[in-house]
Amino acid sequence: MTARTARGVAATTLAATLIAGAAACSAPSGGGEAGRAADTAVVGIATEPETLSPLLGYGKDGNSKIFDGLLTHDADMKLRPALAEALPEVSADGRTYTYRLRQGVKFSDGQPFGAKDVVFTYRTILDAKTNNASKTELDAIQGVEARGDDTVVFTLKYPYAPFAERTVLPIAPEHIAGRQDVNSGDFTTRPVGTGPYVLTNWSKGEKIGFKANPAYWGGEPAVKKFTMVVIKDDDVRATRLRSGELDGAILPPALAKALGGKGGGKDTARTLHAAKTFDYRNVTLPSAHEVTGDPAVRRALDLAVDRTTMVDKLLEGAGKPAYGPVPTDSPWFTAGTERAYDLDRAKRILDEAGWRTGDDGIRVKDGIRASFPLWYTSGDKIRQDHALAFASDAKKAGIEVKTEAGTWEVIEPRMKTDAVLAGGGSPADPDFDQYLLLNSALAGDGFNNMARYDNKTVDQALLDGRKSGDPAARKAAYDTVQRELLANPGYVFLTHIDHLYVVDDKWDGLTTQVEPHDHGLGSGPWWNIESWKPKRK
Amino acid sequence: MAGRRTLFAAPVLLAVTFGVFAVAAMSPFDPVKAYAGAAGLTASQADLDQLRANLDVDQPLVARWWEWLTSALTGDLGTSSVMRQPVGDVIAERVGWSALLALCAFALAVLVGTALGVLAARRQGGPLDRAVSALAYTLEAAPAFWLGLLAIWFFSVRLGVLPSGGLTDASDDVVTPGQVASHLVLPALVLGISQLPWFFLYVRQGVAEALDEDPVRGARARGIAERRILIGHALRSGVLPMLTLIGSRVPELITGALLVETVFSWPGIAAATVQAATSVDFPLLAALTVSATAAVLAGNLLSDLLYGLADPRVGFDG
Repeated sequence: MTARTARGVAATTLAATLIAGAAACSAPSGGGEAGRAADTAVVGIATEPETLSPLLGYGKDGNSKIFDGLLTHDADMKLRPALAEALPEVSADGRTYTYRLRQGVKFSDGQPFGAKDVVFTYRTILDAKTNNASKTELDAIQGVEARGDDTVVFTLKYPYAPFAERTVLPIAPEHIAGRQDVNSGDFTTRPVGTGPYVLTNWSKGEKIGFKANPAYWGGEPAVKKFTMVVIKDDDVRATRLRSGELDGAILPPALAKALGGKGGGKDTARTLHAAKTFDYRNVTLPSAHEVTGDPAVRRALDLAVDRTTMVDKLLEGAGKPAYGPVPTDSPWFTAGTERAYDLDRAKRILDEAGWRTGDDGIRVKDGIRASFPLWYTSGDKIRQDHALAFASDAKKAGIEVKTEAGTWEVIEPRMKTDAVLAGGGSPADPDFDQYLLLNSALAGDGFNNMARYDNKTVDQALLDGRKSGDPAARKAAYDTVQRELLANPGYVFLTHIDHLYVVDDKWDGLTTQVEPHDHGLGSGPWWNIESWKPKRK
Repeated sequence: MAGRRTLFAAPVLLAVTFGVFAVAAMSPFDPVKAYAGAAGLTASQADLDQLRANLDVDQPLVARWWEWLTSALTGDLGTSSVMRQPVGDVIAERVGWSALLALCAFALAVLVGTALGVLAARRQGGPLDRAVSALAYTLEAAPAFWLGLLAIWFFSVRLGVLPSGGLTDASDDVVTPGQVASHLVLPALVLGISQLPWFFLYVRQGVAEALDEDPVRGARARGIAERRILIGHALRSGVLPMLTLIGSRVPELITGALLVETVFSWPGIAAATVQAATSVDFPLLAALTVSATAAVLAGNLLSDLLYGLADPRVGFDG
């Protein structure tokens, strides 16, 4: 190399270093962000909502931060009044719900909240022109009316015991949302509500920024700035948590375990929060299929799956064996419906039903091979692991399960005859999930009752459960459902999955709620961020 | 030439928009399911049917395309179903950030690629040439996604000098030039480096060949300064193939940006494109495809113009 070119290389290198260096210097808070104020929280989430408008479905299960519902849930998922002054008065026939509204509440733009906003919100959602995909949940409503400015009355088409659970959905201001296109107006990205936080910035695909609402009727939150950063990739999210850019994040089991303990070196101490859930994974056993439709095969499969091993190996212990849609630690769970892993009994049931083991180890009955396909959604590692574990357990009992991956577009046309590794779960009320999952009238209606389960006793129990206002009668109804699922399974329930979060130890008062299958923005230890208190001032 | 090519672009763009509608109509994705998301899994068939009617997705392909085209020509690009806002707003909010990222990355790739290419060609087989060439071949094979993770691990986690994602610090709402500049470094670096090997290898090859030509040998024999030979002659002819490369790298740059924007949570247009495609969001997809096609056509035009400028033997109407 001549002296000239050597100087050239040096100059190029220097220039490159300068460019990078200058940029780095202009980022005093880059990387660690160690100097972040104690009243600021930044968390990483995996998915973001399409819209922040409650009229299009945002926050329908409560906990929307920008908005309040008439009611809300506490840490134990009990209903508490929010924009309503008290829990609703329910008429004797269970068809009229009367809410008295809290007085003096203002939207964050300063305008007062009133009964007209409640009526506007519900009527707009129920309007056929509103593109709200969750409106099925409000099917029971016949009408909603204001009586004066402080009372709202809902009338229902039929008695519906869990209706109050639906009124956690956020209330939108009529004076803003009523003046624009509900499906695409400004309000869908720049919402205004009565909640503890005010939206400051939503950069889609990047982050959602909030600041505390100083005029919040429940008192101004101590965490003044709150940001949710959208990071789809699990590894990137974990990395940014480790680099200190995030104070907390949702993580899959392996990464959560690695980051959860007290960190060494410059790492801040972090705590792993495992939220109990109603989030189950199950295998649908289509009634129309000649193998999965056989009650003996169903019962055998239900006994042949090793749920405890799935929890230990697939979920690294972060979950529970599932015997039905209701998790074993819920008050709605029917004690005595747990079933232990019992391969011998499974084999006996199949033998007695006439399924004889063939040359290749797979059973055969009347010329039919005990074999069926099982679909799981491609790219979903947890479902894939469950599907493979299920197939390997079934093989031991002499049943061949052929696992296949596909998108919902591929799976949907096959749901009638092929098994699917499905998921679901809704903690607010047993009706929400079970009515759709097990009711024979809804067999094959969209994604409802995918297995086309048909059991008259269950149908009746589901009706009793939704109509009766008496908690004891409701408990008896859902006990019946769970016992029927033991005697005649239409699905094999595998696990209930804990949702794992890792959060820096900078705040007091962190808890988790029981969470649904779906990850709304309100899930996670930040479900009540308005009550967090910074440890250091 | 420019005028004629621009005229030619109109039918191409028209055909592309129709192609987008046709392909999307044939795709197995259901726009209603995509719109409904998780809520669609519990919605009744009646409500899903209502949603289908509201979203206007049941009309025949040609009617839908014609409607989109006529309103697009009047400046109304329609409403994006996946973003729940007007398509114009979606693009306006994002295209600037994507352009900034792409331009910085491109500038980095072209400048550093050319400089290294010339240096490597100067001493073919020398240590610099061998090292950089080996690196270039490795980088050609390395996915931008992987490079991104590597960069985050090194600069953000190990050194803690650069932020690993977003447009500004996570807790900051105000977009300041300083913040953006620091957050731009890593994504632009990764995207630029992923493009760099092509420029480097082309320039190295071109300059090396030029240095071997008779005029250069003659010039050397006459004792003309090495710098003048290198820059005045070899670079000028060696850079020719690279100019065509500039235009033809535009599509690669767009797809590369797609992955890089995802890794770094960069709020650009690429992420929106993926979402629009998988959600069969016709209005957004059509608008984005037209923009991308226009960018590719403009890129090709640009490279032809540059080629003509660099080599007078190439006629503009050739």
